[in-house]
Amino acid sequence: MSNGNSKSAKKAPVWQGAFILAAVAAFCTVLVAVTHSYTAPLIHANEQAYLEQSLKPVLGGIEYETELSRSVLNVPIPHELPGSEAAVIYRIYADGMPAAALFIVSARDGFSGPIKLLIGVKIDGSITAVRILLHKETPGLGDMIVSSKSDWLQQFESTSLTSPIEASWKIKRDGGEFDQLTGASVTPRAVIKAVKETLIYFDSNRDFVFSAIENVAEELE
Amino acid sequence: MTRQTDFKTRLRAGLWTVNPGLVQILGICPLLAVTTTLVNGLGLGIATLFVLTFSNMLVSATRHFIRPEIRIPMYVLIISSLVTCIELLFYAWFPGLGRTLGIFLPLIVTNCAIVARAEVYASKNPVGASIMDGFSMGAGFALLLCALGAFRELIGYGTIFSGFDMLFGGEPSPGIVLVDGGFLLAILPPGAFIGLALAIAAKNAIDRRRRVPHKGSTGVRVDAP
Repeated sequence: MSNGNSKSAKKAPVWQGAFILAAVAAFCTVLVAVTHSYTAPLIHANEQAYLEQSLKPVLGGIEYETELSRSVLNVPIPHELPGSEAAVIYRIYADGMPAAALFIVSARDGFSGPIKLLIGVKIDGSITAVRILLHKETPGLGDMIVSSKSDWLQQFESTSLTSPIEASWKIKRDGGEFDQLTGASVTPRAVIKAVKETLIYFDSNRDFVFSAIENVAEELE
Repeated sequence: MTRQTDFKTRLRAGLWTVNPGLVQILGICPLLAVTTTLVNGLGLGIATLFVLTFSNMLVSATRHFIRPEIRIPMYVLIISSLVTCIELLFYAWFPGLGRTLGIFLPLIVTNCAIVARAEVYASKNPVGASIMDGFSMGAGFALLLCALGAFRELIGYGTIFSGFDMLFGGEPSPGIVLVDGGFLLAILPPGAFIGLALAIAAKNAIDRRRRVPHKGSTGVRVDAP
């Protein structure tokens, strides 16, 4: 049977194979296009919900008016924020006045790969909260920084560049004010450094952060 | 052979005798990578099951037009479109699980079990039988993913069903917490290899034990090899 098949296949002209392949490709394209048009609005809604849900912990209870996805400011590299990729800032306004800025930056010197952080900073320069968005730290050791596994991140709440003083933005072992984690000091060091750098950036770029129009940061750089 | 017994033999083949993970040892990259929890395993299992069933169906339906020299690009086209659709549907319906599985959803495309079934079975058999075959093989793979996921989650985290909400909706759930904290090694990559090895060993042991009574009419059991 397979013999007969291959014989008739040999007789058939080459364009026939190309035609079949093109037809199947067209069918597959339609399949993906239909699925895409059905799922696109759902996926968009999911992303919005996820964004709001993940930004919520660092909002510090601030009532905001702006739609979060429209207050976004993309800061392309090179920038003075921590991280070697583009940073994202969400500007939060309350009663028409700037109230807080949420930074998505990454700490470069973690134990394995960058640690993506979400840092909420109030307009007065104090931190609302810090959350870990993405990391590849060792399970059971470095990953204890994650808020669901320990309350290590809570010690950042209401800290600023003046409390504790800048020189004390280190773990206790290095003579600073912050707790370390048992068996992991590289990860806490990296997070503390990134948070501190973000505060320094916000301190000197506050006006720019709130005055820049969406995606205009690029031209101003 | 009636339709029903045929389905039974296909199901038996997929779930046990030629299980893609346990016997053919195919697709073990995602198998080892995502099975840190039962829900993760179940999620990827369902996705793979769907892709396998539909790719077998499409390959079988087009088997009379597919010429030998273009069959591999055809399989690639069909499988990759199906995987893209499944990925989009996952992000639409189960966004949490989609995020957890991440790159392993699109990587279903590289699961050799799928192209193997297309080549070995679906390209030579009628549509109905091919669908059964894809379903059985997919179910076998999914069950192994679940078993390995449950095993690693129980030992590694001391929980079961954590992240249940990602698949079935509802409040974020830590699952059923049996013990607080667990044996870390089970979640790390070595735990995956050890778990799979134990599963293969268990399958072989069960097979051998079953075979002994048939052979040994003397009633002497030989346990040592």
